[in-house]
Parts: sequence; structure tokens; C-alpha cells
Amino acid sequence: MSLLEKALESGKFGVTAEMAPPKGYDFTKQLEDAQLLSGKVHGVNVTDMQSASLKASSLGLCIKLKQAGVEPILQVTGRDRSRMAIMADMLSAAAFGIDTMLALTGDHPVVGDCKQSKPVYDLDSVGILNMLSTMEVTDRDCGGNELDGSAPRFYKGAAVTPVYEPIQLQINKLRQKVDAGAKYIQTQGVFDMESLKRFLDLVDKANIKCHIMAGIIPLKAAGMAKYMNANVPGIAVPQDMIDRLEAAAAEGKEKGVKGLPMQLGIEMAAEFIAKIHDEKICDGVHIMAIGAEKNVPTILEKAGITIE
Amino acid sequence: MIVTKKKPIEELMAMLGDAKKIAIIGCGSCATACATGGEKEVAELKKYLESQGRTVVATAMSDYCCMNLTTKGKVKGFDAAGAEAVVCMACGDGTQVVAANVKAPTYPANNTMFLGEAVKFGLFEEACHLCGNCVLGETGGICPITRCAKSLVNGPCGGSKNGKCEVNPENDCAWIAIYKRLEQQGRLDNLSKTRADKGYEDVAYPRTINIRG
Repeated sequence: MSLLEKALESGKFGVTAEMAPPKGYDFTKQLEDAQLLSGKVHGVNVTDMQSASLKASSLGLCIKLKQAGVEPILQVTGRDRSRMAIMADMLSAAAFGIDTMLALTGDHPVVGDCKQSKPVYDLDSVGILNMLSTMEVTDRDCGGNELDGSAPRFYKGAAVTPVYEPIQLQINKLRQKVDAGAKYIQTQGVFDMESLKRFLDLVDKANIKCHIMAGIIPLKAAGMAKYMNANVPGIAVPQDMIDRLEAAAAEGKEKGVKGLPMQLGIEMAAEFIAKIHDEKICDGVHIMAIGAEKNVPTILEKAGITIE
Repeated sequence: MIVTKKKPIEELMAMLGDAKKIAIIGCGSCATACATGGEKEVAELKKYLESQGRTVVATAMSDYCCMNLTTKGKVKGFDAAGAEAVVCMACGDGTQVVAANVKAPTYPANNTMFLGEAVKFGLFEEACHLCGNCVLGETGGICPITRCAKSLVNGPCGGSKNGKCEVNPENDCAWIAIYKRLEQQGRLDNLSKTRADKGYEDVAYPRTINIRG
């Protein structure tokens, strides 16, 4: 049983981070960052060509993390692989002791950097979860054929966008994901407590039972926040945060100090996480540092979060 | 209808190569509506080919190029007229029917784009992916297989921004459109059901349907 499953299923506050494999085959940076995260988080999501940008495979880095003693969470999208290819990868993942996964539909190739690639989408996130759940129950593959031996079991998760209009569509799909076997849900990055609470209320009212981990994106600069507001679906950084980042940049310029906005971003993320934890807003947090994984231990320390 | 788009004329001329004597067939249905293979376009192509020093030995119109029995008779005289090449100004289906009924090589004048609807004159939108297992009854008459860039059957991805698709911001998110339609019809409960996975077994192509008994 993975650390994440143990934590969430025993009512502890779950903490996960996220990293992307390189566009290449040198995993040194990822493995160094993973060592910094070791003992600080319950698992590290490895993205499956996020933003449809070509990278080494999620499975490859997950295997490396596992071998380095860091618990990986295998992200699986339906964009590039048919059901057969996904199931084959999941069997291989299990052989390496990988037992936690997160199902996603996946960004379309035309928004990525290999636009000529054929979009597959044989299964969407719900379909991937259903296929794995059926395999676990029946010990059969995606064609209904008996597996050699018993089926591997995965602690399954999915994602949700809490800031969305009409939100009922996300709630409906969340229900389907949970019905299909998702036990934990990582949200798209959220920046204000009201939006998060509004979403959690709707999940409660819909009587959907799952562990929700709030997505945290530590901001590095006002420009990053504005860019995400304009371009990343489901992201809404409040204006006062952008103003504070701009003020920090101006202060840094005046004093000749670099990195003030990033420090402020770390502080804001830490405050937000501490509030979620201390007020028991939801079951955990998922920190997407987007290349600045080395900041995650500092954020957790400032938030006063340790995992046992 | 089958929506077609004219190939660049240079591409057609490259296919024709050195052929001097050419026959042209247009189509009276979809290609006429798309202005890619009606009588007007056949006459225009004839004129162009003649301006390029080719001889157009025959022209014909089939009401439906895709129907073998209708088209067979229309192209019957092409070989006898000495055609070294045939240009079909229909869809890919029509072109294959023509190609099967003449000895001379047949070349497509058009690219076949999609099965869609003529929203208004000159504006066509893709509407059906011929998936073989229609879900429109559950989705308010809006096809998620076609209108969603990822053909998602269980609701939207998280990729829409202001109700528009991540793949093409000109397009509305199919699932938001479905939601609005079902809301109007008081059928939102349709969305809470996970659709059975229909798989792809039944759409292994090429398919044949025989209703002759």
C-alpha cells in the first residue's frame, strides 16, 4: 500500500508534489529534486507529457523514482495510448512496484509541441479508471481475457477543475470518476479559499465520497499569474495576489535584491496550505511547482506540515 | 452531406501529368452544394484545362456519383472517347465509383473533408463522425464524438476556457452546449450516467451493410 493511500485512508492530511520528466534521457535533475522531496511528501506525481509537450515517459521516471526510494504517482492520459497500450503499461508499472496512479484525459496534441501526432483518446479519464477497476475485480484484461495470475491493484486518482462554468458539469464528471474507482482527487491550481470552499460544498451536497487534495501552484512572478489567467483553463489568480507580486518586484528593484516575488509566492502558498490544513478545509494538498520542485520542502516547512 | 474542398489546381495538374485527352465528371448532390463539382465547376475546369493545351473529350454529371448504377452509365463513353485521364469532381466515394467504371486512371479534383451540415450557403460544419452507434438521444441532439475535439463521451475535459475549446478557441465546448440543451429540455439527469463504453470493434473498416435479405 502506498504512503498516499495509507495517509488518506487513515484520515491524515495528504501531501503530494509533481514533476515532469525531461525532454531527453538524463533524469539527474529530477532524481536530485526527488531526494529533496523524500520524507516530505506522500508521493510525487510524474506527468504524462503535460500540455502535450513531448517528454520522456511518465512510466520511465516513475520506475527511476521507485528505485531511488521515492513513491511515484503514475499519471496516465488517454491522449497517446489505446486501452491496450495503457493496460500494458499498467502491468509493467505494477511489476516495478508502482501502485498509485492518476487518470487524466490529456491535453490535445494541437496545443502541444508535436502537433502532427495522432490524438488517440480511446478512453477518457473515466474510461481508464473503469478499465482498471474492472481488471482488479475480474482478473481479466481489457478484452475480457484471463490474466496470468491475479490483476495488480492500484490506488486510483483523478483530477478536477474547481473553477468552471457550468460547475455542475465538473461535479457530474467527478461523480463518474469516483464511481469508476477514483479514491482521491487532485484539483487544478486554486488560489482563493472562497472558490475552493464553494467547490467543496458542491461536492458535499452531491454526496460524492472521495479524498480531495487542493491543487497549489506557487507563483513565481506577476507575469506568470497573468499568463496563467489568460491561457490556462480553470486558473483564476485573484488581482490582489498579482498586485502583491508586482509590489514585491518593485521593492526588489529598488533595493537591488533578486527573487522577492518568488519568495512571496512561497509565502503565499505556505499560508494557503497552512489554512487548508489547520481549518481542515479538505483532505490534503497537491503542490505543482512547475520546475521549482526544490522550493516544495521550504513551502511545507513554512506551512508547518510534516508527514509521519 | 459529404463536404469537399477543391484541391489546389497545381496538385491536380501534377496528377494529370502529360495526359492530353481528359474527361470530367461532376456530381449533382453534395459537391454541387459545396461548389466543388457542380455543372458550373465542371465547365470552369474544362475551360482551364483547354487553356492549358489539353483536350476535354467528354464531360458528364451524375446525380449521385456515389451510386454505382447512376454513375456507371454516365462514364460509359469516357474510354471510347479516348480519355487518357478522368477527373472526378465529387467526394472520395464518388471518385472510387468512377475509377471502378473506367479504364483510364481517375484523379480526384477535391479533398473530402467531413460529413457535415450546410449551416447556410457556403458555410459547412462537421456534425457526424459515422461512429456506428449513435448517442444523440442522450446528448440533446449534439454529437460529442464529433463536436468534442477529443470525442469525450462522459463529459468535458478541464480544457475549455470561457466556454471555448482548447483545440480551437473558435469552437464552443461541445459538452457545455450539450449541458445547455439538456438544461432547456429539463433532462440534466442524463449527464449523471456514465455511458457504456462502446469500443471500436464494430467500426473496423471497411464496413458493408446488406439489406437485400
